[in-house]
Amino acid sequence: MTQLMPISASLVVPGIPQGLDYVRLLPEIVLSIFGIAIMLLDPLLDDETSQKPLGFIALIGTLAALASTWYMGTAPGYGFSRMVLVNDFSVFFHYLVIAISAVIILISYEYMSVQHIRAGEYYGLILFGTVGMGLMTSSVDLVLIFIALEISSIASYILAGFRRRVAASSESSLKYFLLGSFATAFFLYGVAMMFGATGSTNIEAISQSLQSSPAHLLVYVAVALMFVGIGFKVAVAPFHIWTPDVYEGAPAPIVGFMSTGPKAAAFAVLLRIIFAINAPGRFWIIWVSAALSMTLGNVGALVQSNVKRLLAYSSIAHAGYLLMAFAAAPEIGASAAMFYTAAYAAMNVGAFAVVSHFASSGERYVTLEDYEGLGRRSPLLAAILTIFLLSLIGIPMTGGFFAKFYVFSATLKANLIGLTIIGVINSAIGSYYYLRIIVMMYMREARKEVPVTPVPFSLGFALVITLVATIYLGILPNRVLQYAQQSAQVLVSPTAPTTPELATRQALF
Amino acid sequence: MSTDNFSSVILTLVTFLPLAGGLLLFLFPRRDRDVRIFSLVISLLTFILSLHLPVYFHRGADGFQYEINKQWITTPNIHYHMGIDGISLWLIVLTTFLTPLCVLISWKSIHERVKEFFILLLVLETALIGVFVSLDLFLFYFFWEATLIPMALLIGMFGHERKIYAAVKFFLYTMVASVFMLAAILWLYAKTGSFDFVYIRDHIGSITVSPAASFWLFLGFFIAFAVKVPLFPFHTWLPDAHVEAPTAGSVLLAGVLLKMGTYGMLRFNLALFPEQSRHNAPWIIALALIGIVYGALVAMVQPNMKKLIAYSSVSHLGFVVLGIFSFTQAGLNGAMFVMLAHGVSTGALFMLAGILHERRHTYEITEFGGLASPTPVYAASFLFIVLASVGLPLLNGFVGEFLVLTGAFQARPIYGIIAATGVIWSACYLLWMYQRVFFGKVTHTVNNSLPDLTGFEIASVWPCAAAALVMGVAPILWLSAIDPAVHGALVPFAQIVSKVVGQ
Repeated sequence: MTQLMPISASLVVPGIPQGLDYVRLLPEIVLSIFGIAIMLLDPLLDDETSQKPLGFIALIGTLAALASTWYMGTAPGYGFSRMVLVNDFSVFFHYLVIAISAVIILISYEYMSVQHIRAGEYYGLILFGTVGMGLMTSSVDLVLIFIALEISSIASYILAGFRRRVAASSESSLKYFLLGSFATAFFLYGVAMMFGATGSTNIEAISQSLQSSPAHLLVYVAVALMFVGIGFKVAVAPFHIWTPDVYEGAPAPIVGFMSTGPKAAAFAVLLRIIFAINAPGRFWIIWVSAALSMTLGNVGALVQSNVKRLLAYSSIAHAGYLLMAFAAAPEIGASAAMFYTAAYAAMNVGAFAVVSHFASSGERYVTLEDYEGLGRRSPLLAAILTIFLLSLIGIPMTGGFFAKFYVFSATLKANLIGLTIIGVINSAIGSYYYLRIIVMMYMREARKEVPVTPVPFSLGFALVITLVATIYLGILPNRVLQYAQQSAQVLVSPTAPTTPELATRQALF
Repeated sequence: MSTDNFSSVILTLVTFLPLAGGLLLFLFPRRDRDVRIFSLVISLLTFILSLHLPVYFHRGADGFQYEINKQWITTPNIHYHMGIDGISLWLIVLTTFLTPLCVLISWKSIHERVKEFFILLLVLETALIGVFVSLDLFLFYFFWEATLIPMALLIGMFGHERKIYAAVKFFLYTMVASVFMLAAILWLYAKTGSFDFVYIRDHIGSITVSPAASFWLFLGFFIAFAVKVPLFPFHTWLPDAHVEAPTAGSVLLAGVLLKMGTYGMLRFNLALFPEQSRHNAPWIIALALIGIVYGALVAMVQPNMKKLIAYSSVSHLGFVVLGIFSFTQAGLNGAMFVMLAHGVSTGALFMLAGILHERRHTYEITEFGGLASPTPVYAASFLFIVLASVGLPLLNGFVGEFLVLTGAFQARPIYGIIAATGVIWSACYLLWMYQRVFFGKVTHTVNNSLPDLTGFEIASVWPCAAAALVMGVAPILWLSAIDPAVHGALVPFAQIVSKVVGQ
């Protein structure tokens, strides 16, 4: 996969971007163009009818971005003066985050019209957010990572507040914005420290500098500060407090989006910081944070009566499981984490698709009580939700099982018996609250009238995609895992063209 | 197709035919009659197909037969490895034998959400067979967990008053316990690089495992199995699950699900950790003996017929565990035979209790009395099954218990002496229950007009009775396949073995 490119154009004439540079940023460019097109078209269209065409354009945009990701993958290497790096790792995450956005757009179709929300900038923001997320996964310069992080975050701050008529949504947006900017400031501070300690913001340069000389105290501080910033984005304890409130107030499809897309991208950044830089002093930070997230997330979820809040706590717990992989050996850990993000995205987006459909106008039906007797009123949807929940529990034959499985085997291989046991016990605790939803759906009779509207085509399609992905990852995880392993390989020891090698090649020509 | 080709796919067919049927049912229209007929056809077809296994089984041969071993997932190294020996052979046939009877017994009693019920039943059958055929630890765990969901849903959706409590309790108990097994499996994989049972069994001796680690590994597997069996003191989920479950659920729960635990001990604990098994045998046998006596005593005072049968299972399964950990040829043969006999006769007992519940909507023994005169056929069938269960010679219960007791006496006389009281206790509680329900005058006038067995009910109970009789008269048919497998399982235990059959 990672054969050497003939000549990296950006290095021949530094500063001036060449054709290949743009290819290495193609998905982002495509998404931006479509996003801008949506913003421009929005005022020209009628308020009432604009929702469908705009959503459709956004969907086409994501599909075009997927195609351009494939094209980008054919030209691996550095771009834009070694600011971005295209390799299996970034291609993997590009596919993932863009696919998440596409599915979210499909889910939003119905949601937007049921909730009477004006579409326009909504779809535009999803695309812009995806630009940020994509960029986060391919940039290898801390400054660019920070900019990408901001692009993606600002989009999600606004998206969280889209249920304008609902106070909880505005609260959610504001809270997310205030705490989020605080957290990014931490990240930026960490970047500055790292620059101070190593004299560079380039990941590879930092890694070389850390290899050649013993780590300065500043480096430890920098790693910790950057972890705070990313930890907030992925909602791991102790930086998780915002999650339940924000998830409760934000529109349901957006919660599905926030809990998977930006999270996956942030985990990609964390993978770079932890494994590519080989960050010193990371072990205990991760150990404690993972153990805390799993425990607090699962225990918190036990007592929730609102499904969105319950899933919010569950996402904290899952971030904890995922974080466990970061404490393992680089190659095994990174591939386990990558597989986990993919599996978690499939099952969680699917679960939120069902939740946002049931929520109905004004998100009235989001308590556990509303799910009573659902197995009788809508057997198919209940069965689908059950599969997603079983996957979240980690029952075999679902993606969630292999996700946990790989993480636990990675930690066991690294002899982290204590952390593994905490994880195993937590996944047993976790089964209880997912089971509660299943019990509500199948074993209790409905006590109040909760209408179930028929599933429109777009939502049905989204459900089929997520369901197939969840089961596929549970039965034939091979392909995705191998891809993740390849990516982990290039992440840990990049074989992309390095400067001396290129120089000799140029000399040969 | 030549027999060889067929032999390599037969296990796959038997395992997944019910699942395929269940998926087809999903697309079926909600016409209850058709759904029932279709499930019956599928389950009968599975049974007939599974008869291929004993018919073409090479009885003297060692090792696994009908093997299929294909790479499934490369990382981790997971194989689709199936195969059976004399131990798993009959448990598969037991499963496929009981499932059509479950369909029949549920024919009339399930009239709501019929489609869901039969889908769950068929999915459960696939998972149960899968547990017994898997030779890859991962595949085994996969099916092991897969039995959990349909069973919990069967209890929770179609059970009686406290169904949710029972379903959740069942799920959590077994889920938490099997997590320990998963941890042990992962640890084994990390050390050996394989999930393959045969490979690990042959190579575990060559990897260095500290005694402490090997104890924890043993325990990881053992706890998961002990909860399933259920061994005293992990048995508290069982009475609740049984009492609340629908009849078919109880039949499969007692008939097959509990045997997953004892099968697991026999297959994995004994084969992978012979040293630890011997080392830990004393306390395990102590728990088994407590289970035998305690289960019987508690059964005796139950006012609820179904609870009584449930506790009798605790007692009977104690015999199985005792037989296994006696490490004698007779004991292991007996344990296997008790598993099968208990599956048939307790399955039938639950069906009979369910039949009564359908008529009177209660399991309370005091609600009945003198039923022999209004329902003679029912009473006669019940008596036959009760006698089979208490171990009357020439019926199936006797053979297994006799062999287990022989093995127990060989291991240590005191084990045999205590266990032998269990035989007496079981006669007490079952016959006493029979007397209270069937003899004397009719105590409640409503019982005078109870209808006798219907055709469907006869069709579901009498095959069990017939099986009980054949198993009691000609146990050699079963033991001739079991004995070599058990012999193989005992090879690591350098013990004086006495051949009990084939002389």
